[in-house]
Amino acid sequence: MRHEQIETNSALMLVLILLVISVGGLVEIVPLFYINETIEKVDGVRPYTPLEIRGRDIYVREGCYLCHSQQIRPFRDEWLRYGHYSLAAESQYDHPFQWGSKRTGPDLARLGGKYSNHWHVQHLVAPRSVVPQSIMPNYPWLLDNDLDYTDVDGRMRALRVTGVPYSVTQAEYDANVQKYGQAIADQLDITKAQDSLLKQAREKDFDGFPGRITEMEALVAYLQVLGTMVDFTQYNEGYFVEFR
Amino acid sequence: MSDNTNTPQPSGAVQTTGHAWDSDLQEYNNPLPRWWLWCFYGTVVFSILYWFIYPSWPVGNTWIKGFGTVEYTAVDKATGQEQGKEFRWNTRALLLEELGNAANDQQRKAMLAKVQAADYEQIAKDPKMMEFVRSVGKGLFGDNCAACHGRGGQGVVGMYPNLTDDDWLWGSSSDKIHETLVQGRKGFMPAFGQVLKPEQLDDVAEYVLTLSDEAPSSEDSERGKAIFQGQVGGCYYCHGADAKGIPSQGAANLTDKIWAIANVPAQKTLQDKKAVIKEFVAKGVNNTRVMPAWKDRLSPTDIKLLAVYVHQLGGAQ
Repeated sequence: MRHEQIETNSALMLVLILLVISVGGLVEIVPLFYINETIEKVDGVRPYTPLEIRGRDIYVREGCYLCHSQQIRPFRDEWLRYGHYSLAAESQYDHPFQWGSKRTGPDLARLGGKYSNHWHVQHLVAPRSVVPQSIMPNYPWLLDNDLDYTDVDGRMRALRVTGVPYSVTQAEYDANVQKYGQAIADQLDITKAQDSLLKQAREKDFDGFPGRITEMEALVAYLQVLGTMVDFTQYNEGYFVEFR
Repeated sequence: MSDNTNTPQPSGAVQTTGHAWDSDLQEYNNPLPRWWLWCFYGTVVFSILYWFIYPSWPVGNTWIKGFGTVEYTAVDKATGQEQGKEFRWNTRALLLEELGNAANDQQRKAMLAKVQAADYEQIAKDPKMMEFVRSVGKGLFGDNCAACHGRGGQGVVGMYPNLTDDDWLWGSSSDKIHETLVQGRKGFMPAFGQVLKPEQLDDVAEYVLTLSDEAPSSEDSERGKAIFQGQVGGCYYCHGADAKGIPSQGAANLTDKIWAIANVPAQKTLQDKKAVIKEFVAKGVNNTRVMPAWKDRLSPTDIKLLAVYVHQLGGAQ
């Protein structure tokens, strides 16, 4: 085809440009869906509980991902600072993933269990009261707002469409019991979503206010589970090398 | 405006693209410089070599893995032995290679092994080991502990303990600090709001303030003392009859003007100081004073190193 024809026909040029620049993306992304070793075989990774899902949604709503990544890369400095590099398996139920691309604050991929619930509440309400040099904004409304959990089953249904194994039927529930144990399977049951959200919130009381279920409750529940699902002491360091 | 008439070339030597704008503005069609062209061919050849050495094209449910390899050593967790291994090139193997081979990592590993093998007394006596602990410990402390205890270990009054003073809730020996790090701590004080009447709470708060000379002793404080030391309050079970605290309970020393939980120093008047203490006695402490356990997050050597580091921050015995 002659150059002149392309250059003088903007619609044709647009189509051809789209075709050419999509090659790079297609070659890099599409194969990941059918290459066997994309997702490492590890135990422990489970879908989020209803309370954690709501926390995750608040994380997204407040734009936490704009300043915090959730992806530890296999570099020496990151290994020493944050711990084990992130696995693909660890974000297999994240839709959309929260890897982020900018670290204004520290990476959060292995935040769970690192600090107490009380610290998280204090730090989210007034970051500089515990870390004087912090530039993170205050999020006081998380403690003021009561959590709206009435639509949590809808949110789970949406995730189910993308392949997250939340259960609706008895057969799916039984499969989850087999895979994750009864306690977790109960939490993954969409028909009991609101009850199990309330149960987890009351048992753990993440926000320090036993009588209330605030947005803080959900967010802290989510932050406390980040990066804690895989027990890395069970695997040799060389094990994960073989998946790449 | 462009038109496509081929106007005669003024120079004649170089071809033009054939367009003419504004009737006489033309564009030379010079060939690419030879050096540039060769560089381009060079990159094409390089890319083909690259495909063979590094992982590249996806094929079916696997991919071309490349001939490149990485040698690394990793500890086998079942046997505890270090094993050398050669594996196809990838960034995870590269990380293990770097962790094992980098010169400063070798030094670091040797020193870590030395610290792990030595007991606390030996470490304290060896200036080289202490220097190592201070430099590595500073990084570890900054990554893991500073969020609560502050970069210098100064803590936050009323929330997170100061690690540089003489007041230790759970004991200040290296072993106790080690224990605190490994298993974490959960501070607990029962709520007395239901047990004691508001006047009695007032009296106890008054008495607590006299212990550190914040308030003069009075009739109120004497009544408070009776509650503190008697069966009604029973505060002495945990805080001790001398009110100096019992580290095995994590109970605070109330006589030393260092306030770990109630933010007394920030209050200006005696009334306000009393109110803060009264609130804590009434509500107790539950679920808020938590030190996380680090045994699953940090290696035993890192924890030992941190115990030494925290111990040398200043206040520990």
